[in-house]
Order: sequence, then structure tokens, then C-alpha cells
Amino acid sequence: MDNKLQFVDLAASHGTRVHKPGVEHFEYSYKAEITNLYSLTATEKLYQIQIVDPGERKKFTFLPGQFVMLELPGIGEAPFSISSSAIRHGDLEFCIRGVGKMTNFLNRVKRGTTVGISGPFGTHFPVENMAGSDILLIAGGLGIVPLRSPLMSVLENRSSYGRVDIIYGAREPLELLFTYQYEMWKQFDINLEIIVDKGDDKWSGPVGLITEILQARIDNGTANDFRKNTYAIVCGPPVMFKFVCEMLTRAGLPMEKMFVSLERRMHCGRGKCCRCNVGSTYTCLEGPVFDYWTVLNLKEAI
Amino acid sequence: MIFKVFQASEIATLFELLSVNRIVGPIEKGRDVNDSPLYDFDVVYDFKDLALDYGQTIHSAKNYFLPYRENLCTFTFEDDAWEKDVDFGAYEAHVFFGLHPCDINALNKLDKVLMGNNYPNPFYGAKRSNMFIVGHSCTPTPSCFCHSMGSDSALSGFDLFLTLMEDEYFAEIQSSRAYHILENMETREATHRDHLLFRKASSRKRSLFKCEVDTSDLTKILDMEFESEVWRKWGGKCLSCGTCANVCPTCYCYGVEEEVNMDFSHASKVKQLYSCNLLDFAQVSGGHNFRPESSTRLKYRYYHKHRGFVEAYEESLCVGCGRCGNACLAGITVPEVIASVRGGEK
Repeated sequence: MDNKLQFVDLAASHGTRVHKPGVEHFEYSYKAEITNLYSLTATEKLYQIQIVDPGERKKFTFLPGQFVMLELPGIGEAPFSISSSAIRHGDLEFCIRGVGKMTNFLNRVKRGTTVGISGPFGTHFPVENMAGSDILLIAGGLGIVPLRSPLMSVLENRSSYGRVDIIYGAREPLELLFTYQYEMWKQFDINLEIIVDKGDDKWSGPVGLITEILQARIDNGTANDFRKNTYAIVCGPPVMFKFVCEMLTRAGLPMEKMFVSLERRMHCGRGKCCRCNVGSTYTCLEGPVFDYWTVLNLKEAI
Repeated sequence: MIFKVFQASEIATLFELLSVNRIVGPIEKGRDVNDSPLYDFDVVYDFKDLALDYGQTIHSAKNYFLPYRENLCTFTFEDDAWEKDVDFGAYEAHVFFGLHPCDINALNKLDKVLMGNNYPNPFYGAKRSNMFIVGHSCTPTPSCFCHSMGSDSALSGFDLFLTLMEDEYFAEIQSSRAYHILENMETREATHRDHLLFRKASSRKRSLFKCEVDTSDLTKILDMEFESEVWRKWGGKCLSCGTCANVCPTCYCYGVEEEVNMDFSHASKVKQLYSCNLLDFAQVSGGHNFRPESSTRLKYRYYHKHRGFVEAYEESLCVGCGRCGNACLAGITVPEVIASVRGGEK
């Protein structure tokens, strides 16, 4: 029996050649409770989700732009951008549209439901490097969701930034998200401009394409400011950020100071399943936040 | 490295010594229309069944360390609460007897993705840590192109590698475990003559390849030919069935689904190896599909294997085993696709 190979228990084999730090946490998920949820529009809800264990909640840190894998045991697991402030640690907010099996199920759960959370995963917006510059936040439709976390970070450190603009476009007024926060944002000296494709009886704001507002903003700034002193975050449907990033490039904004967040359907979030690959780049590891130069070099990103 | 030599007939002794463990090796599964043998990896109980002279197996051995279906966790429900239980799915060590260099190199490549620094995967790692690998020299089949991919020789990733030279085996020993097992057999030190015979066997093998892939500048050429009509031609043939990924020793993509049992007491999260050629591979919630055409999916497969992986690890993810081409019912082979993408450069 001397030739019987000894079984190596990977989970217990700390310090051996085969053990890698973190290996035992691969499938670990935090238990988290949906403490509150409410409708923002007919199709989107805001979920406030708190990591249950107070110690874990405090230790949970993320950076604006990162995502988590949210799991409903027995239903499924999917990636979602964190839409809350990073200083709130494991007290998280997500804005989720009911479109698939799992999100439609989420739509029906009650306050107090326990879900699983793993992460945070992926790259983030470089909010710290942006200090000292003017900030352009440009969102189309659901793009406001991943953009809200860096926005919170800018608001919390308002004196570190120069001029801050939010340009937000939606299809129609009823689809606008976070309407109850616009007045609060403005109190931080934020220029908020909203445009819709199609107005309704109550709408008195501009109607048209987001690029029209952006053009006005570009005309009103100086090329020098765009070249030297501005960062932009652009989130929205690929066709929108393609046009917007091209306009900003023409206005002089360096591609390395322009960030987008790509959406793909990760099944693992850990660079293993390949489902989120763009060309051959893992959106979950090298993204979801990319600068525009990187996106230009990704095949089939846009 | 330590080298030893033993009589070819002694290999049966080696098998017996290792047979206190579960041994996986190539066996003949049946015969094709031309009465040629068809091989696959399976558990081997008797040395007589071990077909060490196999050309290529239909599938790789990956089901033993990267199962086609695997339980990632089990949930237990009680009232509104749930508990999650994770089992990495490794319970005993396995001996892999007779792996060719292509399959050993495939494991080394998988290690880079699955056991590298980014979220090392314990489901794979637990099985990988419990493999004893006896490699075996091979004779190239007409569809083998491992030499083009730099995978015709295994430099690491095995315990013991055996090269048949005349009536003796030349043994490369890479673990103390293998060294101690060989102590139970008649072996002798390798002499200068053996070293020369080993090199002769290697160069003879190199002369037997019938299939070539030109990989020079391939990453750049794939970028240049991204919009090429050639992809549409191959896409038109591709059946989007995923067979190539199933037989591939390095395909590791997967999908995850959760299942609830009938009385709602348990649920499980199941990983299923997938294929980037399947229609819904890049489909996202709401129905948008980033690669709706078979041509873009087939192109992505080549992109990942021959460009993305090269960019990340300076080597291709393809080992040139030729299994995908042999298994493809549409007759699509890697050497032909790459030659046509390269176009009329010669």
C-alpha cells in the first residue's frame, strides 16, 4: 500500500505548494438582507441590501464602478453595479430593471429577504486621480446606475473637484431615475442637464439627443480645459457612448481621461467562465470600467 | 532532472505498482468505418486494456479535472433562511497513465487561468493537486499539429514522462513520488548512448508531422483580418453545436444555472461547461446577443485561443491535438481555418 497516493486537501493545505491564498473563499458569499425596496419607474426598482454580519459589513469595501454577483439561492446569480456610496461599505444600493428570470423574481420578493453577495469585482473609476479636475458625467438610460456611485464620491468630496456637470438622457420623462435626488445634487453646485427623446404633457425641459446638450457644453468650455483639466465618465448604451466619446475626443479630451462601463452577462465574475469576454478581454477582470483608448482597441466592444 | 532507463516490458510492473490507486488511461472504445481503433480515456482496471500505442483519443481527459457538469454549491432552505454548502468535488488521488505531451501542456495552460493569481479556482485546484501524471511519447497522427503550437514536448507538469526507444523506456522524473515508485522496479542510470537515443526519438517524431500551422504574426493577422469574408465562409459551415469545445483539452468556458428540488428543501448551483459557438453564449438579459451570427462566434473562438491567450500568457491556448477537427461534423479544422485567414501570402 506504500504506493497509495496521499490525498491533498486543498482547502486545508495552507502553506503547501498547491495552496493559493483565497482559494477557500472562491464560492463564498456574504449573507445580505434586502432591507428596503421601492419602485423608481414602472420597470426599475431600487434595492437597499445590507450585509447581515456587522463585522463583515464594515470590512466590505469597494470602489465606485465595481460590481458584485448577487445571488438568489435556487433562482440564479448575476452581476450588478453598485449604485451607492463607497463610504457606506456593506450597506449597498442597486437599481435593477426586471428583464430576465432572476430580475423578475427579484421584483416580487419582500423586504427582509436574504440574498447572497460576492465581490466586489472588477475595475473602478479613478475618482482619486480625478481630484482637481472638472468632471463630466454623461449617462443614457440605465447608465445613470453605475454612474451614481462615482457621483456620490464627487459629492462627498465636493471641494476636491472643479466644475461638475451631469448630462443625462432618457427616452421619456417617466423613465428618469432618481428624480427625487436632483434638487439635492444641485445643492452641491452640480450642473444637471436632462434631455428626453420624447416629452409628455408635464415635461418642460429639452427634447432631443444627449449629444445636443453635450455640444452646447463643449461650445461653452475652452479646448484648453478639455485637453488639460477634465475627466469624463460615460455610461449608457454602446451606440450612445460611441458618439459621445468621439465628440469628446474631437473637443480635445484625452482618451485616457474618458471612462466607460461595459455591460456583459458574467456567470462567475472571476475570470473563469469567459461569458463576458469582449474580443478576448475579460470584462470582469480588466473591466467593467475601461478608458476609451482601451475600448477602441477591443474588437466588438461597441 | 533525473533520468532513468528501464526495459519496455517493465511498464506492466509500473502499472501494477500504481494500481493501488484509480488509474485513468487510454483504452480502445470501438472501431470506425475503416476498422481503425477509436480511443478514449477511461478508468483502467487491467494493464491489458491500456492502449499506450494510441494515436489520439476522441475526448481529452478533462472530465476528470474539469467535469462537464459540476455542483458548485448546495443550498438548504428552512423557512425563510438558507445555508450554503460548498464541496470542491475531489475525494481521491488519480493516476493519469499515458498522457501525451499535448495533454500535459493543456493542463499547464489551464493552470495559468484556473490556478493563477486571479481568483484561483479550488474546484479545479483540488483535483489538479491530486493527479499523478505518467506521460508517454507518441507518434503524430495525420491531424496532429502540436509542433506548430510548441506543445510537442512536455517540459513540466508531469511526475514521470516515458519515451519509448527501441526496447527500452527513457524516464524523465519530476517528482520524488515518481522517483520512489521507480525504486521498486528494475531500472538503470541513463548513459550518454541513451541521451543520444532519446534525441533521435524526438527528431524522428518531428519528421513525422503531416500537418502545419503558421503561427508567425498570427495575433496581428487576426486583428487585420477581423472583418475578413473568410469568417463568414467558415461560419456558414459551422453547426454551432459546441462539439469542438467538448473534445478540446483547454476549453474551460462555462455557464451556471440553479435548480430547486421538488419539495423546495434544497437547491443547487450547477456549472456546465459551455461553448462559445453555442447561439446564446454572449446573450445578455433583455435578449441582446453580442455574437448572434455563427461566423462571429467561430471567429471569437479563434480570437480567444490564438490571440487573447497569447496576449495574456505569451503562448497559444491551442495545443494542436487536432481533436476539434477530427470531431467536427462540418469538417472545420484549425490548420485550414488559420491558413485561409492568413490568405494568399505565399
